[in-house]
Amino acid sequence: MKILVCLCPVPDTTTKIAFSDNNTTFNTAGVTFIINPYDEWYSLVRALELKEAGTATAVHLVTVGKADAEPVIRKALALGGDEAIRIDTDSNDPYVVAAQIAEFAKSEGYDMVLCGKESIDYNNGTVGAMLAELLDMNYLGFVSKIDVAGKTVTVKREIDGGEETDACDMPLVISCQKGVAEARIPNMRGIMAARTKPLKVVAPAAIENLSAIVSYEMPPAKTGVKMIATDNMDELVNLLHTEAKVI
Amino acid sequence: MSVIVLAEHAQGAFKKKSQEAVQYASRIAAAMGTTVTAVAAGNISADELRTLGAYGAQKVLHVADARLDDLNSRAYSRMLVTAAQQEGAKVIICLHDTTGKAVAPRVAARLKAGMVGGAVADPVMSNGFTVKKSVFSGKAFANVSITSDVKVITLMPNTFGVKKGEGDATVESLSVAFDAADFGVAVKEVSKASGSVPLSEAELVVSGGRGLKGPENWGLIENLAAELGAATACSRPVADSHWRPHHEHVGQTGGTIRPNLYIAAGISGAIQHLAGVNGSKTIVVINKDPEAPFFKAADYGVLGDVFEVLPRLTDAVKKWKAAHS
Repeated sequence: MKILVCLCPVPDTTTKIAFSDNNTTFNTAGVTFIINPYDEWYSLVRALELKEAGTATAVHLVTVGKADAEPVIRKALALGGDEAIRIDTDSNDPYVVAAQIAEFAKSEGYDMVLCGKESIDYNNGTVGAMLAELLDMNYLGFVSKIDVAGKTVTVKREIDGGEETDACDMPLVISCQKGVAEARIPNMRGIMAARTKPLKVVAPAAIENLSAIVSYEMPPAKTGVKMIATDNMDELVNLLHTEAKVI
Repeated sequence: MSVIVLAEHAQGAFKKKSQEAVQYASRIAAAMGTTVTAVAAGNISADELRTLGAYGAQKVLHVADARLDDLNSRAYSRMLVTAAQQEGAKVIICLHDTTGKAVAPRVAARLKAGMVGGAVADPVMSNGFTVKKSVFSGKAFANVSITSDVKVITLMPNTFGVKKGEGDATVESLSVAFDAADFGVAVKEVSKASGSVPLSEAELVVSGGRGLKGPENWGLIENLAAELGAATACSRPVADSHWRPHHEHVGQTGGTIRPNLYIAAGISGAIQHLAGVNGSKTIVVINKDPEAPFFKAADYGVLGDVFEVLPRLTDAVKKWKAAHS
């Protein structure tokens, strides 16, 4: 069983977001990039667990990005995985990202493709399901538990207002969230091993952007907090009704 | 060239967020000089289907296949693609929820349509087709221009609310050529959280952080939530310590919510937490630390001990309800 883990480099969660060029460009000066937490903590670690258990024979990592994405990929390889693939292009368009990965993956015979439920930068949450369509696979989203028995995968996943246990045969695409696995920290041996693991650079396919970010905005600043004394909760409830009009 | 919108229902009654999505679609359709066709699946009455007219749908296409009572993203996307092709749709709307996020990207990939996930405003069509969405988990917004002929949007629930209008939609049955592979996912077990309000749809949310000191104190959060008819949420440390189930975790690596009212008790308001909740219309922060960064993002603040303030606030709500019923 071969697993492909999709990784997206994103700004560290503590990053203060700023824009330049008249709010048309995300300003990456001084920004530390990490692996998207859903991809690293859940998808990647679960893939490694399946390999350690002897269920998976190979774990490949893939990202769509230019050379500056490589340190993040090496960090992922330090956690584990047999090899990494970088598709050498950059796009904010989810269709392009999904289609580039699909072009690469379609001839590789992956049984399971794992993604995070969304990237914490552009929050579209679309690449996994797009990949499933482009690879003609089933898709299970918002998964919090993955078990494999033979060719059947059993998952627990979030649905509207509850949880569901589903079974589905491979091949399939799964998007992972909390619960799938516990985050790991790379050890020194892993970091050393990662330096010599193969990181293949693949030329991108000719795929046109279907969308583009034209500008950014910051959320309107709050005008200032109104403090209420602890013994005046009637006033707070009254303000929520008459001023905020939310109850 | 109508606008297509997927309308979800629970046990045969349309969800409020789906009425909101239909209304969103109707504003887009009006701006484009066309009409709205809603698509609904599974076991639902013709009377209920017609009600979407009051939210701006002229027509509802119904696929009565009982296999659609479960969400197979392949089957749902085939249904929407069939509807879109039949209607010559240029815009397809789903919700930015667990259903829409599984279905809309498949539809977009199949139709080679540009897609924006999680729209928070009506598209601007004066110069192309630009959709505003939240990015960096709520720290900023991006205006995304979709350049393809067909466009797919998932709408963030509870962005606009719903205003019921007049009228009935006409109902037609839609026939879809499913194949067996469309139903490859078998549902083994469903557990619905009963009685409580689903967090993603909740208009009012009461949330607790480390300041509550332990899971045994969550009655304080639950009592206030019950009095308000609110959903409960928590910060990441609380979910990580297994005080609360992880689906209650809101923040950058948890859920993003935009309720009308978010009450945060004993949460300091780290940037990662704010990212998940700063789309809330009104924020109340209860914290005993005057330096808690959350106060800067709040509309109303109470500087005090949550163990004292929460019961008082619960009582005040109870009193107010009694006076207003």
